[in-house]
Amino acid sequence: MPGSSPRMTAKHRGESAYIGPMRPQDILMPVPAGLCCKPGGFHIDPVRPVERALITHGHSDHARAGHGAVLATQETLDMMRLRYGENFADSVQAITYGEEIRLGDVAVTFHPAGHVLGSAQISVTCKDTRIVASGDYKDARDPTCAPFELVPCDVFITEATFGLPVFRHGDAAGEVNKLLASAKLFPERAHLVGAYSLGKAQRVIALLREAGYDAPIYLHGAMEKITNYYQERGIPLGELRPVRGMKKKAELAGTITLAPPSATSDVWTRRFPDPVTAFASGWMRVRARARQGGIELPLVISDHADWDGLTATITATGAGEIWVTHGQEDALVHWCKTRGLAARPLDLVGYGDEDEGETAAITGEVEAQPEGETKA
Amino acid sequence: MNRFAELLDRLAYEPGRNNKIKLLVAYFGETEDPDRGYALAALTGALSFKHAKPGLIRDLITERADPALFGYSYDYVGDLSETVALMWPKAELPGHNNPPPPTLTDVVTTLRTLGKAELPAQLARWLDELDETGRWALLKLVTGAMRIGISARLAKTAAAALGDKDAHEIELMWHGLSPPYLDLFAWLEGRGDKPVNSDPTPFRPVMLAHAIEDGDFANLDAADFSAEWKWDGIRVQAVAGHDARGHIQARLYSRTGEDITGSFPDLVPSLHLPGAIDGELLVLREGRVQTFNVLQQRLNRKVVSPKLIKEFPIHLRAYDLLGDDANDLRELPFTERRAHLEAFVARLDDPRIDLSPMVPFANWEDLAAARADPKSAGAGNDADAVEGVMLKRRDAPYLPGRPKGPWWKWKRDPHIIDAVLMYAQRGHGKRSSYYSDYTFGVWTHSEAGDELVPVGKAYFGFTDEELLQIDRFVRRNTTEKFGPVRHVVHEPDQGLVLEVAFEGLQRSPRHKSGVAMRFPRISRLRWDKPPREADRLETLERMLISMTGS
Repeated sequence: MPGSSPRMTAKHRGESAYIGPMRPQDILMPVPAGLCCKPGGFHIDPVRPVERALITHGHSDHARAGHGAVLATQETLDMMRLRYGENFADSVQAITYGEEIRLGDVAVTFHPAGHVLGSAQISVTCKDTRIVASGDYKDARDPTCAPFELVPCDVFITEATFGLPVFRHGDAAGEVNKLLASAKLFPERAHLVGAYSLGKAQRVIALLREAGYDAPIYLHGAMEKITNYYQERGIPLGELRPVRGMKKKAELAGTITLAPPSATSDVWTRRFPDPVTAFASGWMRVRARARQGGIELPLVISDHADWDGLTATITATGAGEIWVTHGQEDALVHWCKTRGLAARPLDLVGYGDEDEGETAAITGEVEAQPEGETKA
Repeated sequence: MNRFAELLDRLAYEPGRNNKIKLLVAYFGETEDPDRGYALAALTGALSFKHAKPGLIRDLITERADPALFGYSYDYVGDLSETVALMWPKAELPGHNNPPPPTLTDVVTTLRTLGKAELPAQLARWLDELDETGRWALLKLVTGAMRIGISARLAKTAAAALGDKDAHEIELMWHGLSPPYLDLFAWLEGRGDKPVNSDPTPFRPVMLAHAIEDGDFANLDAADFSAEWKWDGIRVQAVAGHDARGHIQARLYSRTGEDITGSFPDLVPSLHLPGAIDGELLVLREGRVQTFNVLQQRLNRKVVSPKLIKEFPIHLRAYDLLGDDANDLRELPFTERRAHLEAFVARLDDPRIDLSPMVPFANWEDLAAARADPKSAGAGNDADAVEGVMLKRRDAPYLPGRPKGPWWKWKRDPHIIDAVLMYAQRGHGKRSSYYSDYTFGVWTHSEAGDELVPVGKAYFGFTDEELLQIDRFVRRNTTEKFGPVRHVVHEPDQGLVLEVAFEGLQRSPRHKSGVAMRFPRISRLRWDKPPREADRLETLERMLISMTGS
């Protein structure tokens, strides 16, 4: 990868007697509320309400309501507003990629993470130590968001959602072709694609359009708002229709519908003719995971870096110390150590379920359920 | 190989039979010879080569990957072939002219002649050349562990559908064909003549019966039918014929046409006359038919030891004769086939093969009485192995499949208990939005007073309407969720009572209750009954004793 310039501060850490004023853990440390920066007076992606929060991206496990002040990209702020309403924080401030803001004793910059629209890595520099908290990231191509930017640093905080060498995501376009081939083979059935409402769904739609699919694509009610927002931000997604208005089963034959994963095994699916249940996720690489979910057409499309992406990125940052969080920490920590990097798992809880709470935001779907049905 | 791998991959996830056939037909249609023929062979279990051992696969990966990372990965994935397929390192092949990935034909023909010592290096080369799915399919193929939910019958049905033919036609010629089935596909595509069956022991598609309902009797005349006991064993077809050299060959088929001769070598010498018997496989001890539980000890055995053969002596009870030497009898009416059968069994004169006795009756009342009490209606001490009566129209030919009208089965009333719904799980495929798999329990004493203990699981027996009702009940009365399983309220005064019908009981150390049911299904929903009035484990214990005497 270009732009890699290993910085050599790691050598200081080797001296165990080093009692400098700023060890990395003095700059950022995990606390129950999340990753805390004492010298800067803020938390990154806090899971509990805090005075000042820096948010990497809009998924509900990272972006929560109830903080005092929130600093994030404009897109992330907009997504929080869509989900939680106008008053999700006391005050907000938008930051653009590359812009530097000083908070207390530290300098903060945001850099594209390639995860979803508006997603950012947060770089925190104190004296001459730079720590990058990547949030969630991917180094693969995505037509719906800015590409991942490599930020050289001393300490890299990496996610490990797919931190096992069995996870290699391959080419997303090939997976979309699988979906289109299936739709062609079963024109009398509906194709129901489970995808996280924020980011994955829009990426799948964009990939379908790139593959030349120009029929209307149907949306579950929980996806309408966020998908409309993507379109407002100038991401072309073609003609989209709500499933809600469809009264006859037969009208949905041969169509493709995007829905939150939890909806694809819900009573909601009974309106579709003999649906083929697909799920777009990196987890689909593993058969048992797909079968457990009753998935008939697993599509390996992920918004997280795969094993090769994680290891290549870690190497390219030049960081001598790696903190590994949410996911398969053990294997990635082991790998770092075999490469001579100092590495440790970071005990952060509360991350990982990107779609949690998304379906609760269902609008207009409740009345369509069978009589007397209540959401459990 | 990659195309075959894609097919296997898709089949492994597709629950619907018709959709599986559609996927297979599409594959056979767009894949050329001989690849598709070897695919058909792989799916029907007709390929034979020495399988690779899991240890070999494990060695291959640990030579190439960090053993600790392999360990983490294997723990997570849970399947050796899949783990290796997914984490196999990308090959650094020299130059730009990388070899194309192997075809299925390359793999099958190479494996046939490959020496054991060359296998690891050859496998590694292929794994380098294939993608993830291709590697997975290759490893499944070479370890002989396909298990993708496709029966040989389904694969043949799909091949037949390619040429708009009936699967029975393929079944009849099948054992005379060999991979890669060029003649078969030529015929299916209208490019060649129908392959001639040179097999001395072909399988003939089996005739099956419909379950009779009370309302059916009004339209049926007892005089048109004859009756036999329905024996609780394994329906088989025993076929013998002369091979090209004039030697007698014998084969035993399951009702779906799987060759099960290997599991019952002790029966082969008894099949010494050319002909095709439709009958029931039973275990007889001192002339007494044993229950299905006993017969089960002989099923799915890889190695049939002399001890097993001695302790579980196998027996064939003959129902019908489909062929006598070269004569096809299937067009004849049942009464005439029966006469041929009686003569044939007399000529065989073998203690391991006997006739299924007829049950005499003058009207339906007679037969109902015989069915209710087989012991005094002729079955005598074998009554425990009778699961009902079979009705066969005297004038009916032997027809493949399950034609409605000529044959009926009239099972003995099943055993019934009232149990309480305890847990529910989502179904698969079409039923994935419904809670359709139910665990039910009965009351038993415990230190803390009465409590429910699970005694079985059922996922059918109810109507579509009842499924909707139970599904709604489950959703409204969930007390806890564990992954896909819902814990449904089951208190003495709160909960749903299910009437469960089942065919038999067995002791089972695997179940907390100590008993296991055979063929349980939901027969009625007892909305009217409070859970406290459901049955107790003691009731099942008593049933078990009266059924097995133990």
